[in-house]
Amino acid sequence: MSEVIKKATRDSYGEALVQMSEIYPDMVVLDADLAAATKTGTFKKACPDRFFDCGIAEANMMGVAAGIASTGRKVFASSFAMFAAGRAYEIVRNSIGYPHLNVKIGATHAGISVGEDGATHQCNEDIALMRTIPGMTVINPSDDIEAKAAVKAALEFDGPAYLRFGRLAVPVINDYPDYKFELGKGITLRDGKDVTIVATGLMVHLAVEAAELLKAEGIDARVINIHTIKPLDKELIEKAAKETGAIVTAEEHSIIGGLGSAVAEAVTESCPVPVVKLGVNDEFGHSGPAVDLLKEFGLTAENIAAYAKKAVSLKK
Amino acid sequence: MDATIRKQLERTACKVRMGVIEGVFNAKSGHPGGSLSISDLLTYLYFAKMHVDPKNPKMQSRDRLVLSKGHTAPALYAALAERGFFDKEELKSLRHIGALLQGHPDMKHIPGVDMTTGSLGQGISAACGMALSGKIASDSYKVYAVLGDGEIEEGQVWEAAMFAAHYHLDNLVAIVDNNGLQIDGKITDVMSPMPIDKKFEAFGWYVTTMDAHDFDDIERAFNEAENISGRPVAIIQKSVKGKGVSFMENQVGWHGKAPNADEYKQAMDELQAAYDAIKD
Repeated sequence: MSEVIKKATRDSYGEALVQMSEIYPDMVVLDADLAAATKTGTFKKACPDRFFDCGIAEANMMGVAAGIASTGRKVFASSFAMFAAGRAYEIVRNSIGYPHLNVKIGATHAGISVGEDGATHQCNEDIALMRTIPGMTVINPSDDIEAKAAVKAALEFDGPAYLRFGRLAVPVINDYPDYKFELGKGITLRDGKDVTIVATGLMVHLAVEAAELLKAEGIDARVINIHTIKPLDKELIEKAAKETGAIVTAEEHSIIGGLGSAVAEAVTESCPVPVVKLGVNDEFGHSGPAVDLLKEFGLTAENIAAYAKKAVSLKK
Repeated sequence: MDATIRKQLERTACKVRMGVIEGVFNAKSGHPGGSLSISDLLTYLYFAKMHVDPKNPKMQSRDRLVLSKGHTAPALYAALAERGFFDKEELKSLRHIGALLQGHPDMKHIPGVDMTTGSLGQGISAACGMALSGKIASDSYKVYAVLGDGEIEEGQVWEAAMFAAHYHLDNLVAIVDNNGLQIDGKITDVMSPMPIDKKFEAFGWYVTTMDAHDFDDIERAFNEAENISGRPVAIIQKSVKGKGVSFMENQVGWHGKAPNADEYKQAMDELQAAYDAIKD
């Protein structure tokens, strides 16, 4: 077996911004004193006259981004997920979302895999917050390739989008020839008939592992990668609900309001089946190495498999 | 200022004020006090200062105005209607279901509105973004942001103030409408933002003050602003909340209340009399 390449999607984000600057030379990138961490520093180095540091002032940064977008210029605004979606929520809602301005928010350090910085910086609520804003596109890429594709796709449409990136290096899983990123379209990574694992972000590679574990126990699991949480690929999820009769969702986000909630909302309206949600429970994180935290909070392939079995047991 | 032009502006300001009263009366809600205190300012900007085209409201080279104190939308709408951006009849359906004119400025649908505002403290940031984008493109447009003196209690305003000075946004002029009143009372009693001029100066802005209801002084202040380079300009306008309607002047109760039928008639009569009193 060849060695697995790992890369943090925040690195992919920084590189993608530089790549996109060649297509969109007028695009500007804003950050709030975290360029070294969010990796917009990569863009700053390549395009110093198109990078503007807003200082530690996320609320103003989002408003500045809105004003820039109103003049027809493409703009990315970056900070940690905690501050981009959390602290600046109301500015994103009223100055970007309501006027449907073409602002792309690049939020890094999402989820508990922030690690040692602890609970104040571990944003497990951003997907929930952002997807309640009408017209907001929410993207949570699973690896390097998907992160870069997401940045490209985000720049190709007019309207607000929230892109969620991570600090932790994660395996590159989408390096296959016919990989295609389509906004709002889930990707079936593995077919199966007994249960469907719907995963997003860094949980996707664990979902694939979980399917292998389940196979050993005679359970045929389908795996769907949902990179676009909003708009959700309801068609694909409803089909999976109908064909497999049970769903387990996996996300590095609170089980309240994130992917699991979005999936449950979709299937209960059209094809009610058991939806078992794996994510961060209704609690805050704490300091520790990211890989250890993921295990402690149950965000593992083994746990996805266990939850999948529970979902299967609930089938009528 | 040329006397003829000043009289034209004074007449137009009366019409804008009548538009405010018309809108708020028909809406049965809204914010007349702070709308009347900026009516002369908006009249000056839209009729004597800004490069705008009512037939082409999205013109890229236009000067932009962000009403950061978005609750005083009735004044903005009245000025835009008077300037020909949309039919004045629209003022009568302000805040109604299905109407063009939302309770707070909505850039997506209302011609001439350059930024969606209403949540205080946010418009000034967007104005900074517009000014920065103009600088990058070497565009010559100006950006005007109108803030309330209560609004500047919002922390975001000072984030934006830092940003504007840091990036030398001399194409940005912020006008602070210093009428001294906010919903809960006098600004100095509720949460004093004073001294406003010293604060902006400390943040690196050029600051001047003006009499908000004297077109000669308004022109003087904006001409002064034109000559400043390398930093943004703040104009603190000393204004009277409710200006032009006797029973609304300096009354905090008229911050966010609509006149009844009798009050509406009295207000309109007063404004009409003021209009008629302006002799050539």
